[in-house]
Amino acid sequence: MTQYMISLYEREAEYATMTPEAWGAVLEAHGAFAQAVADLGGTITGGGVLQPTTTATSIRGGEITDGPFVESKEAFGGFYLIEARDLDHALQIAKLTPTPFGGVEVRPLMDVNAGPAQ
Amino acid sequence: MSPAASPAPGGVAEALADAHRREWAFVLAATVRVTGDLDVAEECAQEAYADAITAWTRSGVPERPGAWLTTTARRRAIDRLRREVTLRRKLPLLVEPVEADASGSPAGSDGDGDGDGDADGDAAVPDDRLRLLFTCCHPALDPAARVALTLRLVCGVATPDVARAFLVPEATMAARITRAKKKITQARIPYRTPTAADLPERLDSVLAAVHLLFSTGHTAPTGAQLVREDLCERALDLARTLVQLLPAEREARGLLGLLLLTHARRAARVDVQGQLVLLEHQDRAQWDHVMIVEGLRWTVESLQAPRPGRFALQAAIAGAHDVALTFTATNWARVVHLYDLLLTVEPSPVVELNRAAALAFAEGPAAALGIVERIAGDARLRSYPYAHAVRADLLRRLGRTDEAIAAYREALDLTANGAERDFLQCRISELETSEVTRAQGA
Repeated sequence: MTQYMISLYEREAEYATMTPEAWGAVLEAHGAFAQAVADLGGTITGGGVLQPTTTATSIRGGEITDGPFVESKEAFGGFYLIEARDLDHALQIAKLTPTPFGGVEVRPLMDVNAGPAQ
Repeated sequence: MSPAASPAPGGVAEALADAHRREWAFVLAATVRVTGDLDVAEECAQEAYADAITAWTRSGVPERPGAWLTTTARRRAIDRLRREVTLRRKLPLLVEPVEADASGSPAGSDGDGDGDGDADGDAAVPDDRLRLLFTCCHPALDPAARVALTLRLVCGVATPDVARAFLVPEATMAARITRAKKKITQARIPYRTPTAADLPERLDSVLAAVHLLFSTGHTAPTGAQLVREDLCERALDLARTLVQLLPAEREARGLLGLLLLTHARRAARVDVQGQLVLLEHQDRAQWDHVMIVEGLRWTVESLQAPRPGRFALQAAIAGAHDVALTFTATNWARVVHLYDLLLTVEPSPVVELNRAAALAFAEGPAAALGIVERIAGDARLRSYPYAHAVRADLLRRLGRTDEAIAAYREALDLTANGAERDFLQCRISELETSEVTRAQGA
């Protein structure tokens, strides 16, 4: 099994204006996703949801600034760490990630003893 | 390494060159299943070809050269695995044991598979080349890298030659290939034919790579020569292999039909001066009619589906041109209808543009110009030289000479192929001359 991170990139404004009912549906979708990952033979080993980028603080060269490190239309807003057999398996899982307002990036985690791919 | 360049006796050198062309993919694909690493497998396969020079010179060419090379390459791979402990620390390419294929069970954790289970000296199982193709054309890889990897690994073309084919510096191509191989290993792109559910999407990616390879050969991106025959031949070989290995896939037949029906016109596409000759002015007697008949056979088979795919429909369009005795005898209504169907499976401004060009012959240039001007604003067409060339041609036929010249100039600015540039330049000169003549006559 190989470890991958699924990064969620979405238009955060959509979440800011969301009704409580819609937010409830989002949570249900993520619950169903967790079940689906297990059904597919994968494992979720971690994850997290971030507050909007308006709460972010960046430090570059020691200088502190308000806002996210990278400004983008679709902001990094959360992630899952998963274990999958191979990239095809990871992509099969990642395709199911609930991201109604954007998409995801899938990347393998590095074995730090082996070092980065050159 | 080119085995043909070795100082071996004539018979052996020939047998080796032949085995390289026909068996390379088999040998490499079977060896990858032992090593689980593309680079190591490539080295072992090359060593086997080098071993063959001595062994075949001494004892004669074996009855089944491919099996001999495969056994030798795999034995070298196994030796290395036993010798080099460091190899085991590398992340191996995920290789499924052969048994798992039949049961359809997921890949085991036995990534290092030392090949004992199937090291019976027999050649690769038939789908090994297919695994290699699907790995090289994985949608997670950059499309340009997919074609390069296919040439390098499936066709066994040396990196400097791959670089020449795409007219990029050798270092650039080497870096592109290395990056793709690294991603295959690090992201764990599996060495496996896709499941039935994934097959349509994954096959499309393979077919698109073969089509891109052919198109690169058909109209070399830059340089004086319009056609690079060797690339077209490689693409045709791959398309044939796909039809043979995936007999149930109609789109593979469609692609083979399309390539044959296009390649059949190659002799007529360039005149003796090397100038581009448009379909309209080609000498149809020079077309390869044997190839056309074969292309039509695959095309008809590819169309036997409730909803023909994009390659089947493009093949049908190429076929409609190939069967017309003259340009004016073309069944333009059928061509337009086929483009309508193609738009439903592949909605793209390029397809709309081609449909408009056909419509110009079915219903006249005025009807077509309206469509071309409507779609010309699409960002995807702005840097597409053919869009400007089609618009220029319609304006020319409508007698709007000044606008036609301007549009030809826009096309010229975007074109790098010498033969195509000459053609556009020639059109501009003709129109300018006719303008002068008309002005003088008035």
